[in-house]
Amino acid sequence: MARALPNAESATDHCAHCGAELSSEVLDDSGRRFCCAGCRTVYAAIHAAGLEAFYADREISAVRARPARPSGRRFAEFDDPALATRFDVHPDGSCSIELSLEGVHCAACVWLVESLPRVVAGVQESRLDFGRATASVRWDPARASLGRIATALDSLGYTPHVPGQASQGVHGDRTLLMRLGVAGAIAGNVMLMALALYSGASSGVDGDYAAFFRWSSLALSLPSVLYCAAVFYRGAWASLRTRVASMDLPIAIGITAGFVSGAVNTVRGRGEIYFDTITVLIFLLLVGRWLGQRQQRRAATAADFALAVAPAMARVVDGEGIAERRAESVPRGALVEVRAGERVPVDGRVEQGESSIDVRWLTGESEPVEVRSGDRVYAGTENVGGTFRVRAEQAGRDTRVGQLLRAMERARLERAPITRVADRLAVYFVPVVLAFAAITLAVWWRADPTLAVEHAVALLVVTCPCALGMATPLSVSVALARAARRGILVKGGDVLEALAKPAHFVFDKSGTLTTGRPELLEWQGSEELARAVSAAEAGCDHPLARAFQRAFPATDAAEAQAIERFAGGGVRATVHGRQLVVGTATLLEQSGVSVDLEQRARVDALARGGATPVLVAEDCRVAGLAAFGDPLRPEVAECLADLVLLGNSASVLSGDHPRVVERVCGTLPVLELRGGVSPEQKLEDVKALRVRGQSVVMVGDGVNDAAAMSAATVGFAVHGGAEASLLAASVFATKPGVLPVLEAVRGARKTLAAIRRGLGFSLAYNALGIGLAMSGVLSPLWAAVMMPLSSLTVLSVALRSGAFSMSQRRRAPEEPS
Amino acid sequence: MSVLFLVLPLAVVFSGLAALAFLWAARHGQFDDLATPALRVLRDAATGQQRTPRGAGTGVFRKPEG
Repeated sequence: MARALPNAESATDHCAHCGAELSSEVLDDSGRRFCCAGCRTVYAAIHAAGLEAFYADREISAVRARPARPSGRRFAEFDDPALATRFDVHPDGSCSIELSLEGVHCAACVWLVESLPRVVAGVQESRLDFGRATASVRWDPARASLGRIATALDSLGYTPHVPGQASQGVHGDRTLLMRLGVAGAIAGNVMLMALALYSGASSGVDGDYAAFFRWSSLALSLPSVLYCAAVFYRGAWASLRTRVASMDLPIAIGITAGFVSGAVNTVRGRGEIYFDTITVLIFLLLVGRWLGQRQQRRAATAADFALAVAPAMARVVDGEGIAERRAESVPRGALVEVRAGERVPVDGRVEQGESSIDVRWLTGESEPVEVRSGDRVYAGTENVGGTFRVRAEQAGRDTRVGQLLRAMERARLERAPITRVADRLAVYFVPVVLAFAAITLAVWWRADPTLAVEHAVALLVVTCPCALGMATPLSVSVALARAARRGILVKGGDVLEALAKPAHFVFDKSGTLTTGRPELLEWQGSEELARAVSAAEAGCDHPLARAFQRAFPATDAAEAQAIERFAGGGVRATVHGRQLVVGTATLLEQSGVSVDLEQRARVDALARGGATPVLVAEDCRVAGLAAFGDPLRPEVAECLADLVLLGNSASVLSGDHPRVVERVCGTLPVLELRGGVSPEQKLEDVKALRVRGQSVVMVGDGVNDAAAMSAATVGFAVHGGAEASLLAASVFATKPGVLPVLEAVRGARKTLAAIRRGLGFSLAYNALGIGLAMSGVLSPLWAAVMMPLSSLTVLSVALRSGAFSMSQRRRAPEEPS
Repeated sequence: MSVLFLVLPLAVVFSGLAALAFLWAARHGQFDDLATPALRVLRDAATGQQRTPRGAGTGVFRKPEG
């Protein structure tokens, strides 16, 4: 290919597709280097489709770079007739649907996704909404199927999902935006007329002109009060009916009282009118409402993935041949073949063959489990060894993972709503304001009934919780936008408020506190021997073999000859003319190597410490010992200590063996350290904590944490988690490790502080308004000035909250001091 | 000053027109996605390709009215 490599400099130690730094490499035929087979497949697909221009200006950012993983699924479920009901059918017979995409990260992605019509014949148009990572695809059903489209998107590195619900969000957004625009236009014009009236009030204005302005204001306010403000009446009515306090009620009371008295005074030809204040009020309140709704919708679509933990298809052994069937329709007793690198599609028992299974996502065990004939395997676990056959026992929803997901769904529905600061305030707000209005009315009634009504109305209008209603959405949307830019996606403001309070943090171990993949912890032996072992293990996909290669990259893989592989990453090979055996003590003894007592003792000691020992024999003599384990991420200890300093507590619940948990997490500042916890037990534990009234934040990454995450006050999914955990989580991070957890907690505290400050300021304005109104000096001009002033105060408080802004610590070195 | 009786309604009519234009734009999804077009235009210039069909992204993916 004539084209130069995407970036000549970075091509040396960065993946040619995703730009991630290479820790291990996969080569293609032309010698390009990739971080994984997934990136290589995507690279090939992009070139085959003639879309190389993608590489010309894609951005590689440290935060976003992540290996592309075409899931390799067949997307048969996308051709399900049930899904066809969700298509929008156009007059020309074409269909369109919105698909959520994984892996959208830069401007070049927009182009690549929108080039879909050039990749799949029959696709008429593909439009990507970058912010929501959603593609609208329109195609001709006679020439293409959604399954084909999905496969093509997947091969380009964007695994598609059908959003859980038909998206009505866009339409809801549009109507609110329309109300907002109309309210803004009306508010501006009414304010101009009010300006004429106010200046006329001081310098004198002809009665005809005054009446003209008043009637015009009334006419203009009418659509604002009737059409734009309808959302508040609906909310107020709902709040009255369900007897749940909400800010809509005082808003509706204020608007109605101000408008009705203004209309009456216009007709009477004397008295105060509040049309300017009311229309501006409606406009500002709609701004707050719109901001809130927008952030809610973005969060909803971002995580609305379909569940695809277990593979959709299974290979059923049928006589001599193999037939592919949908995984959920595999009958009990059928024999299913699982090849290397695939996920197990059903629950069952191994009938033929042996292999290693990565069960991390299901149970949290960090080491692969060896399975042989008669052992139970579960759907959704990954086969990292050789091919084996399983006698199916349960399929589809009845599998363990299916039941877990149902438990998660139940817990999600039962999750109690988080009470927000503003809601708590609303409970007291209405009675207090109404009481003050009644007092004003009563006190002034004896002096002058007309004046009493005027003052009471003035009070209701000026206390209309405008700034109060904006304080929360403003602070929250500022914080959420900043958090998203820093790689932390939060599903809503209530989640932020919950995160800000002291809570008990429950951490999963594998994949959350640790990297989730084994690393070489210790190597006893010469470096030369290590290189030879690496050469022998080259090309082996077993996690331990890969860990060894990361620690000691093979210099010449071709040197290894006569390679014999065994289950669990064991290998026998000849390197540089010397015979190597790598594996357990049993494998070594089977190969004629004698393992003496001292060596056995060392192996046992390592195993007791929770590590996985592997022996290496050279020419029938034990010459090396490797210990593997899943170590803590470097930042974990500091992060947890900081969390505890902030008044939180933490514990670790892991599905891994208690010994391993004790060894890896023993030094962490946690209240409780438990291993061997099943996913079901995790759910129960979290529920028990919540029953005691504690706010629980569950941090995890796998299916095994998903149920517990939905039951927790806040579920926090760390980077690289399973889709199920994304669905269960209320917060998820696109950066690896637990640093985002600490960052989220700090940001949430600052956000809550900003919300409280905003509420405080607006309450102060309201108190001032009540005082002025009760003493009878509150004129419409006062109301007109105070209201926008309070809103501006709240806005500046929200913008200056500092939540999720660049940390001071990181900025410090750049500043000369 | 009596010109006000003519000018004020005129001003209201003009702002009404502006509001109508805004309503049209909002209804046709012009404000649905404010991030992607900025990125899209970059790519089009870079490759010099005429890709986006006329009126794309405006009414095409709207649900049929009803």
